[in-house]
Amino acid sequence: MSYLDHLLFGYLPYIAGTIFLLGSVVRFDMSQYTWKTNSSQLLDSSRRFRIANILFHVGIIALFFGHLIGLLMPHSWYAFFGLTAGGKQVLAMTAGGIFGVICLIGMLMLLHRRLTNVRVRAHSQPMDHFILILLFFQLTLGLGTIFVSVDHLDGSVMLMLSEWAQRIVTFQGGAAEAIANVHWIYKAHIFLGLLMFLIFPFTRLVHIWSAPFWYLGRSYQLVRQRQG
Amino acid sequence: MSHFLDRLMFFRKVQDEFAGGHGQTTHEDRSWEKGYRQRWQHDKIVRSTHGVNCTGACSWKIYVKDGLVTWETQQTDYPRTRPDLPNHEPRGCPRGASYSWYIYSANRLKYPMIRGRLLKLWREAKQQHQDPVDAWRSIVEDPEKAREYKSKRGLGGLVRSSWDEVEEITAAANVYTAKTYGPDRVIGFSPIPAMSMISYAAGSRYLSLIGGVCMSFYDWYCDLPPSSPMTWGEQTDVPESADWYNSKFIMMWGSNVPQTRTPDAHFMTEARYNGTKIVTVSPDYAEATKFADRWLSPQQGTDAAMAMAMGHVILREYHLDNPSDYFVDYCRRYTDMPMLVQLEQTDKGLAAGRFLRASDLDGNLGEDNNPDWKTLAYDEAGGDLVAPRGTIGYRWGEDGKWNLEEKAGKDGKDVKLRLSLLDSRDAVSEVAFPYFGNIEHEHFQHTDHEDVLMRKVPTRTVKLADGSEARVATVYDLMMAHYGLDRGLDDPNVASSYDEDLPYTPAWQERITSVPRADVIQVAREFAENAHKTHGKSMVILGAGLNHWYHMDHNYRGIINMLAFCGCVGQSGGGWAHYVGQEKLRPQTGWLPVAFGLDWSRPPRHMNSTSFFYAHSDQWRYEKLKIEEILSPLAKPEEWSGSMIDYNVRSERMGWLPSAPQLGRNPLAICREAEQAGKEVKDYVVEQLKSGDLRMACEDPDGEANFPRNMFIWRSNLLGSSGKGHEYLLKHLLGTDDGVQGKDLGEEGTAQPEEVVWHEQAPQGKLDLLVTLDFRMSTTCLYSDIVLPTATWYEKDDLNTSDMHPFIHPLSTAVDPAWESRSDWDIFKGICRKFSEVCEGHLGVEKDVVTVPLLHDTPGELGQPFDVKDWKKGETDPVPGKTMPNLVVVERDYPNSYNRFTSLGPLMDKLGNGGKGISWNTEGEVEFLGKLNGVHWAEGPHKGRPKMETAIQAAESVMGLAPETCGEVAVKSWKALEKFTGREHHHLALHQEHEKIRFRDIQAQPRKIISSPTWSGIESEKVCYNAGWTNVHELIPWRTLTGRQQFYQDHAWMRGFGEALTSYRPPVTTKTWHKVHNQKPNGHPEIVLNWITPHQKWGIHSTYSDNLLMLTLSRGGPIVWISEVDARDAGIEDNDWIEVFNVNGAVVARAVVSQRVREGMAMMYHAQERIVNTPGSEITGKRGGIHNSVTRAVLKPTHMIGGYAQQSYGFNYYGTVGSNRDEFVIVRKMDKVDWLEGDDESILEQEYTR
Repeated sequence: MSYLDHLLFGYLPYIAGTIFLLGSVVRFDMSQYTWKTNSSQLLDSSRRFRIANILFHVGIIALFFGHLIGLLMPHSWYAFFGLTAGGKQVLAMTAGGIFGVICLIGMLMLLHRRLTNVRVRAHSQPMDHFILILLFFQLTLGLGTIFVSVDHLDGSVMLMLSEWAQRIVTFQGGAAEAIANVHWIYKAHIFLGLLMFLIFPFTRLVHIWSAPFWYLGRSYQLVRQRQG
Repeated sequence: MSHFLDRLMFFRKVQDEFAGGHGQTTHEDRSWEKGYRQRWQHDKIVRSTHGVNCTGACSWKIYVKDGLVTWETQQTDYPRTRPDLPNHEPRGCPRGASYSWYIYSANRLKYPMIRGRLLKLWREAKQQHQDPVDAWRSIVEDPEKAREYKSKRGLGGLVRSSWDEVEEITAAANVYTAKTYGPDRVIGFSPIPAMSMISYAAGSRYLSLIGGVCMSFYDWYCDLPPSSPMTWGEQTDVPESADWYNSKFIMMWGSNVPQTRTPDAHFMTEARYNGTKIVTVSPDYAEATKFADRWLSPQQGTDAAMAMAMGHVILREYHLDNPSDYFVDYCRRYTDMPMLVQLEQTDKGLAAGRFLRASDLDGNLGEDNNPDWKTLAYDEAGGDLVAPRGTIGYRWGEDGKWNLEEKAGKDGKDVKLRLSLLDSRDAVSEVAFPYFGNIEHEHFQHTDHEDVLMRKVPTRTVKLADGSEARVATVYDLMMAHYGLDRGLDDPNVASSYDEDLPYTPAWQERITSVPRADVIQVAREFAENAHKTHGKSMVILGAGLNHWYHMDHNYRGIINMLAFCGCVGQSGGGWAHYVGQEKLRPQTGWLPVAFGLDWSRPPRHMNSTSFFYAHSDQWRYEKLKIEEILSPLAKPEEWSGSMIDYNVRSERMGWLPSAPQLGRNPLAICREAEQAGKEVKDYVVEQLKSGDLRMACEDPDGEANFPRNMFIWRSNLLGSSGKGHEYLLKHLLGTDDGVQGKDLGEEGTAQPEEVVWHEQAPQGKLDLLVTLDFRMSTTCLYSDIVLPTATWYEKDDLNTSDMHPFIHPLSTAVDPAWESRSDWDIFKGICRKFSEVCEGHLGVEKDVVTVPLLHDTPGELGQPFDVKDWKKGETDPVPGKTMPNLVVVERDYPNSYNRFTSLGPLMDKLGNGGKGISWNTEGEVEFLGKLNGVHWAEGPHKGRPKMETAIQAAESVMGLAPETCGEVAVKSWKALEKFTGREHHHLALHQEHEKIRFRDIQAQPRKIISSPTWSGIESEKVCYNAGWTNVHELIPWRTLTGRQQFYQDHAWMRGFGEALTSYRPPVTTKTWHKVHNQKPNGHPEIVLNWITPHQKWGIHSTYSDNLLMLTLSRGGPIVWISEVDARDAGIEDNDWIEVFNVNGAVVARAVVSQRVREGMAMMYHAQERIVNTPGSEITGKRGGIHNSVTRAVLKPTHMIGGYAQQSYGFNYYGTVGSNRDEFVIVRKMDKVDWLEGDDESILEQEYTR
């Protein structure tokens, strides 16, 4: 157990989480006009772009929920869904692999476009490039874990990882110890993940907060009343 | 509160439902809507306008938000007009609406800038010389150092400096120049005071106080129609645009009203609704044509032929066949047509000579005062010769007889002048008239009539004082014969019908102009018929389209004749409406003392710019037009030797035109020499001139002592817009890269001028210092040594008036000048303060001898009444103020220049104020201004004088002194005029005697000005402002020789050049393309086209042409319009890059191929900034050029006449004009478009960037 492990996996999650939440609130309150995706679709709305965009978002949304459920579902519930640790491991690898590849294809197309399309490139902020490249590395690492996981299909490592996540979110000690011995690739993946939370409020990712789910259930007409 | 906390109400968001649950009401935050609502919110609205030379003078609302100007909209609160007349509002155009873009744009000048090379030299020099004047000397007197910075002008390299430093350099340069070469070597150019009077006055006041020279603009822009002073003795006076509505027949003749008079065009529409018939005349299908009931399209440059033919029809039908009583009476009373002209013998026969004068007759016909200057006519009743009142002889030296009452001057007996001698003739004489329509021109149709036309005129014999006899004829009869009308005198040389091809019939003009004769007859007939029925409500709106030709006089005089034949001038709804470049400076007489420092010293130094630039940019060295080409066929060529510059020099020498620089030596030194010699300065100078020890500077413009050394340009883009002969200005005045393709007379080996010293090597870089004030980085700024950032039109307080409407209104400080910019007033005040410091030890209280030409509206205008005598040739004695310029010694108190600048000086109390020949006492006004502005308490010459420290104080001074804005002064000025005319006029202002218009008044609302004798129209509830109204209705004479509208110009030079009566003169041949045609081929065909440079649609001159909004509305860079036929011949397609060139230089642009354009012409909207989207030229290898790169100023001797009543010099009143329409250019498609930008590396490496 090194100091670095404690720092990165014991304390950094709280720092990143705090900045993620407070940063988002502050930005939402202070800078409404920046609360947007900075879509470049007006500059280039080719068919290629639309396909890439859909592939990327389908992939990444599935991956997000996969990680959310996989990491935070209490171990005791596995049986309730008829899963064993090993079965869940295989499921995660299969689903993660499929959606990971879908996301990767979309992302590569988007990255190519962002770097080569003159109009889009001219319109891009440095942070746009940074976040896209960061996501690319994170995804590559994520897909890389599949090959490491093949060595322990019993789900033991997966249990360690979810133990870490659950200790973090429930404010229990010993989270860092839980993953002290996992392969470096998992650690790198977690670190980049925390980094994404950290920089989240400073990027276009804030649009995730405002994904318009409620459009699915809203009334035809909404009237905002005048207030005193 | 908080957007986030509001969101936490998510589950209680829905308040209610409606429409069966399809709709819901919520309490969601609506503060985001502020973004939209605040878009149009603002903190304040300030009234200002655009000080741009468009004569629009529109009042605007300037919106300010958070201390920034956000946008502007049109004001709508002009004072209402009377019932049955449309209101003025709103006024404005897209150009003005785009102005606020400039303020925070990259083009904005933000800091004082200086040429980097010069700054380096200066800082080095300052290390070695404590005294800034010495430091300046060490730079400019070192040829190497001088060349180092002069040769880089226009090539970038301007760096940021501080106000303190640039003021010091400028002041040091001015002091050094004044001390070494003379204050008249410091020159300033700024145009159109009316667009921002105080800003103009700032620079001109500084220059006038130190003895510098203010340059004219109206003549240089070629907007001055010399025909107007010739005919009316008036620079230009025109009806306001509202008067169009009163007209019943309007001809828009070469004036594109909706495009160039945009804010006034609504009156044209309204006039049409009101039933006015409208005819447009323009060679191209101009935008104005949309108003027209009929469009006449004469070949460009031939309008005079059409006007002559229309005059022929009008005279035939309304003066001879069915005389209109109204027309005949009008011509008798208000024109020179009854006046008698002596016929003189020439080689070609009897020809019209000069007017018969009282002094020609025995006993001067009883006239003791100025008998040389009183013209004569026959009285219809008694048949006696009489000297009728109103001629210029009555204006000076006696009171009460200078009016247009039908009375004899001598005894006040009622007279009725005889228009025609047809019925009382004692003979019919064959008179020779010069004809020019037969001159061959490569691109214009000539006719094959003789160059002298013999026509019969009824005459009488008069016995002269010397016992000899003279044949005399009336102008009316001469005019009839000249127009080729059959008077029943069995003349075979006059037209028997309109279809006869004889000058000046409708059939004759058809060949020249291409306009069908039937159209000309019909329009002329309708024009006259309307004027006959309405007593003069026929109007011609004319403009630059006609006036920019070399022989513009005839285009205009032909039209003026039509108006006078029909009694239209001076009648509401009628007359001559020339709206070019002449924004009427309404409070002129109040402004003059402030602007030219007349409150401290008189006279100021003025110069006519055309002659100045012609001489000092050495355009005369390339002159190709010979005198014999434009001489009358009746003149003897041997009596008219010399080249164009020789005529200008003779004119300056005889005191006709002004000079600058003036004398061949420093005028301060000359005064000291005179003192040492113990002589009066005046006598000393005359003696020196006579002996030849001293020459006038104009005789050696290339001599180093005579260079104009320092120059200020403000409120102008001289080098990007008005500079005719642009490339010559760059070469000789600035000494930098130029595109001149031709050789000078020396290299060509052709005859050189007689009066001017010829230097084998023409100087390059005469200017030591060029200082430009602007708010944007214009072409001129790029060529300057020092660039000073001025306040924009929304950042300063100033005054604005126009000839298009009768209101005075302000420019106001909506926001403080941004960055380090300052108002023009503050800039020149700062330079003046520094000058007063720096001059210590170099200049003290000095005597300065000023040469003054024989000025119009002063007794000096009675110069040489008969023949022209040149003292230099020993033909007469040099008499200052009579046969040569007057010489006046002025005291300059150099160390007190700043104190003088900021106070209203004592000459106002001592000498009073006035204008246009009349003057009045101003003690009351000065006292009032002292109370209003406060007085100075510090010791010095300014102690106790009213303050003029701020622009608003200067504005109050102008308005407090001007009759137009101060009722008491108006009444006083009318009374002053009454002394001359012997008639009562002050009723025109009496009802407004207690009105005072002040600066805050006009900030609240534009104010209509008060009627004043400065102008020939009145402000009233009954009539619109119309030129000549007071002449016709108050019987105030026109300020001409005959006191009437003068159509016969009898000066010896006018006769020598065949222009005594107007006629048609084809464009001159400029010979500028022959030697370069097909000489540097690039593989594309080269065609030759006439170069037409009209006012543009997307800018006002160069302003706005670099404005992003206007560039977006147009093609975004320089363009040239050509016809489809010419384009096909040259293999040019629309939007191709083309090059336009001749010996003067080259310009590149994109082609606009359009049906609008007539074959044979290329149209480039003038003054498209070369700083935008301009690639390199294949011909010159330099960047692009401007429309003036292919032009060169060509002078006309008749415009140099002076000291002769209305043909006397006045600032911006009379003088040479810079015409440019006769120019031809070669047009071809560009083979390779080179942007001359190199790659990024090479741009960085260009060492001249620092």
